[in-house]
Amino acid sequence: MTYIQLAYGDLVLPALLVVMDGALSLALRLRLERQLAIATVRMVVQLVLVGYVLTFLFAAVSLLWTALAACIMVLFASREIIARQKRRLPGMWSYGLGAGCTLLAAGTVTIFSLLTELRPDPWYHPRYALPLLGMILGNTMTGISLGLDALTNGLVRERAAVEASLALGGTRYQALLPALRDAMRSGLMPTINAMAAIGLVSLPGMMTGQILAGVEPIDAVKYQLLIMFLIAGGTGLGTLAAVLGGARLLTDHRHRLRLDRVLAEKSA
Amino acid sequence: MLTVRALRRLHISVSFDLQDGECVALQGPSGVGKTLLLRSIADLDPNEGTVTLDGTLREAMPAPAWRKRVTYLAAEPGWWSDIVQDHFSGWDDALPLVTRLGLPSSCGPWPVQRLSTGESQRLALVRALMLRSRVLLLDEPTSALDSASTAAVESLIAERIANGTSVVWSTHDSAQASRVASRIFVMSADGRIGDSRP
Repeated sequence: MTYIQLAYGDLVLPALLVVMDGALSLALRLRLERQLAIATVRMVVQLVLVGYVLTFLFAAVSLLWTALAACIMVLFASREIIARQKRRLPGMWSYGLGAGCTLLAAGTVTIFSLLTELRPDPWYHPRYALPLLGMILGNTMTGISLGLDALTNGLVRERAAVEASLALGGTRYQALLPALRDAMRSGLMPTINAMAAIGLVSLPGMMTGQILAGVEPIDAVKYQLLIMFLIAGGTGLGTLAAVLGGARLLTDHRHRLRLDRVLAEKSA
Repeated sequence: MLTVRALRRLHISVSFDLQDGECVALQGPSGVGKTLLLRSIADLDPNEGTVTLDGTLREAMPAPAWRKRVTYLAAEPGWWSDIVQDHFSGWDDALPLVTRLGLPSSCGPWPVQRLSTGESQRLALVRALMLRSRVLLLDEPTSALDSASTAAVESLIAERIANGTSVVWSTHDSAQASRVASRIFVMSADGRIGDSRP
């Protein structure tokens, strides 16, 4: 494999493009300079840090350190899930649900692929485990947050229908089934759309990266297919767990709809 | 017999007995808590108190089983499917009641969206009546109906009462209250009910 290495100095010229965006913002009074500057600095700092952290992890090849890194990734993902909810579940519940479901789904699928097909040595080798987890996590997170959002919004909107079903002696699962179906559909839709459009509309990032690193395109395609299958599985699993968990949190043992447990709509 | 002892929900605190085949009208200004009371008896909201049917505590049975016996009919009907007849386990069995309330027998395959407020209210009543519950908790069941439809509903419920069903009937119409009920509960702002006979 051969690839063209970059020095930090090689990034100066491309970075001028961001400066150009800033100049545009000033000239057109878009008032984006501040946000743009913060985002650029964050991106540079975060990526460089991740680069050093990964270098350390790849040198260490320790189960403990890899697991710790994975847990931190899951925590950031669950924070992102909560931030995307229009109506939130209170405090610990939503954090626990988000983190639990992402960990369950992304973790299961990542370990599944490591143990069955990729089989690096050792199986938890961070060079394989962390990039895989990261890609699956990102997509699972989207599925879970969309699914939960659709569930709570659907229940608030269809409250009369759900309560009619409950009042007529329906169980909470019977009453919530239409809302659960809608939530699952919203959670899975981005993955299905991505699979349908992939290669035609967009060349996926990982495949592009491998090709730039000198991998034969057809080998890169095989890796990408593996990732997409894992993403589809992780999103399905994670969304199902999150939506069922959400349904349980929003009802109680006496089969009542408990919308009082949803925090009020975010005002912003 | 339905007995309600020290039922509490927010500001409401209520005790009463309801005999088999008895109809009680529930009256009081808007916002006083009539709907809250009916929903609490059906155990649709968290509440405290002892509610029994023929001596059996509602907590002794699963909530869905309780609500099939003690059924709450909301003032605004909810529909969980797009088609009218999907809401009935046996549409053909419901047809006699549907036509009796002045609805066309062809309304089964209609989309719910097409129903007028009054049609929707009558169909929701039929849907609840199909359960043959022991106790009906009716929340303004004729609020959207003309006088002919109201009379049809009142006579249908009167038949059920004669057959032993107990009814709590929330209404703003005092004339209706004295027509349908043998007792009237008047709810006051402090969340208690006063008993009077028409």
